[in-house]
Amino acid sequence: MSGGNGDRPVAIDVRGLVKNYDEVQAVRGVEFEVATGEVFGFLGPNGAGKTTTISMLCTLVTPTAGSASVAGHDVVTERDDVRRNIGLVFQDPTLDNYLTAVQNLRLHAELYGLQRDVVAPRMRQVLEMVGLWERKDSPVGTFSGGMRRRLEIARGMMHSPRVLFLDEPTIGLDPQTRRSIWTYIAELKEREDITIFMTTHYMDEAEWCDRIAIMDNGEIVALDAPDTLKAQVGTDRVMIHTDDDDATIAALADRFGIEARMAEGAVTFGVPGGEEFVPRLFAELGVPIKAVNVSRPTLDDVFMSYTGTTIRDAEEDAGKNRNRMMMQMMHGGRR
Amino acid sequence: MSATTTTPAEEARAQTPVVQVAVPPHSIFSELRAIRIVWRRDLIRFVNDRIRMMATLVQPLLFLFVLGSGLQQLSSASTYGVNLKTFIYPGILCISVMFTAMFSAASIVWDREFGFLREMLVAPVRRSSIVIGKCFGGATVACTQGVIMILLAPLVGVPYSVELIVGIFLLQLLLAFTITAFGVMIAVRIKQMQAFFGVMQMIVMPMFFISGALFPVANLPGWLTFLNRIDPLTYAVDPMKKLVFSQISIPPAARHVLDPGVTWFGWHVPALVEVAVVLALGLLMLGIAIWEFATTE
Repeated sequence: MSGGNGDRPVAIDVRGLVKNYDEVQAVRGVEFEVATGEVFGFLGPNGAGKTTTISMLCTLVTPTAGSASVAGHDVVTERDDVRRNIGLVFQDPTLDNYLTAVQNLRLHAELYGLQRDVVAPRMRQVLEMVGLWERKDSPVGTFSGGMRRRLEIARGMMHSPRVLFLDEPTIGLDPQTRRSIWTYIAELKEREDITIFMTTHYMDEAEWCDRIAIMDNGEIVALDAPDTLKAQVGTDRVMIHTDDDDATIAALADRFGIEARMAEGAVTFGVPGGEEFVPRLFAELGVPIKAVNVSRPTLDDVFMSYTGTTIRDAEEDAGKNRNRMMMQMMHGGRR
Repeated sequence: MSATTTTPAEEARAQTPVVQVAVPPHSIFSELRAIRIVWRRDLIRFVNDRIRMMATLVQPLLFLFVLGSGLQQLSSASTYGVNLKTFIYPGILCISVMFTAMFSAASIVWDREFGFLREMLVAPVRRSSIVIGKCFGGATVACTQGVIMILLAPLVGVPYSVELIVGIFLLQLLLAFTITAFGVMIAVRIKQMQAFFGVMQMIVMPMFFISGALFPVANLPGWLTFLNRIDPLTYAVDPMKKLVFSQISIPPAARHVLDPGVTWFGWHVPALVEVAVVLALGLLMLGIAIWEFATTE
């Protein structure tokens, strides 16, 4: 709800955070603050450093440099205090599939040392919140992917954390389940006094956040409310398919002074007032056009305006880089 | 999963106040609770896993009755008429515990592969508590099986006695704890289940064969004597043999051949020293496992 760091206390405070893995710089000096009660999203392609950052905030990875505090505790020197105050939902499932939903939650309650008298009512509350109370005694192995993710969210909430970390909470789920997960998260935010920090590489999901940070290549390239970021783009996105893309890019630069580039297989550029621009384009371009698509700025465009690629292209590149890195590691004989 | 319509039940729960929960600060008490729940989880999983229960039961029976009865055809002359099943009973008591304990330790690798280990690693508890809980869990499961083995004693010609039952149980508990610690020590460093079983084949099977579970440990070839004396399992099998053989009446000549006892350069190692060796090794490996576990990831 709050657009920025208002008068509410800071839930997460990150200063110059760096993480290097051997020669690879995964996170390069990240800085931001998250206010209490905020839903803060970390957006970026796979391999941008989101998971590494979240792992440092959750005390699972030790930073190479810089500092961070979560719920008022330093993630390096007060690890246990941080852990007591955060809930975690990982990208990969971490449930015991041989235990029932209740057994998984009870195990969590014991590991976190919750007072015995509140365990049962709290368990009921979190299970009802994610709509799994009726299935409480079923083994988790019989659950669908969406149910497991909901149970993980319920478990992450079991000990009433002050900050809930969600690393790609909807990855690998179908669109309908993704939407229902978001409904649960929205309800959660309404009912409990909690700060939510999440990562995602689905642009549309970032709309649920109060503020988002766009991360690319280990750095934050933009940070603001989604609407503000979109307004800053100021241009509509035009994508055109032609027979000769190179000639089109040259013609656009020549006749309109527009710098276009290839993205997702189409010549892509931004102009103010895209719909009015299309007739001029047809009249003056001089290259036959097969199809035109004009869209209002989305977070994709925000991403593109800051990084120069769409998130999908960036992901493909990151994939290639990762493969190259793997090859180097294998040949370089790391351990 | 209809999130759009609100049922009366949903409205009711929207009005109920949020249950307030607080995580207490770290204390000995919270660590004990963590140890207990890690231990209990192993038990719950064991009880739920019927196939594993069956397997752990059948395997020692195979050793005892199939191997014992089969080899009996060859060896009755040199055992002075003592049933071979009786002779290998102490060894089987040890190895059944050993296999079960190793299997329990393997669950750490399993947990890592299937992600659950992370849930335990991020909890605000010491990693040593998780390792200790695991070791107790493995030891308890192994002893459950051990108890069934104890019950079989009369079938192989060993009469029940309090001394026998209590003695075997304590020895098994000790061995199970040590082997679990050993398994956990290995499992912490291994990321894949196949690799773990590979290591087990490489280490556990030789340990079992060399330990003297299936043969007397005197008058062996020099190299085998050497291997036998450095095999930790030897020091669990030998007291078990002494205990079982003290409960049956057989000719002194037979006793001399079948239960010669372990010697170090001609010195007969007392059972108490052997037990101390196993315990010391167990604690050492537990220490290494804890240290390794705390330094990974």
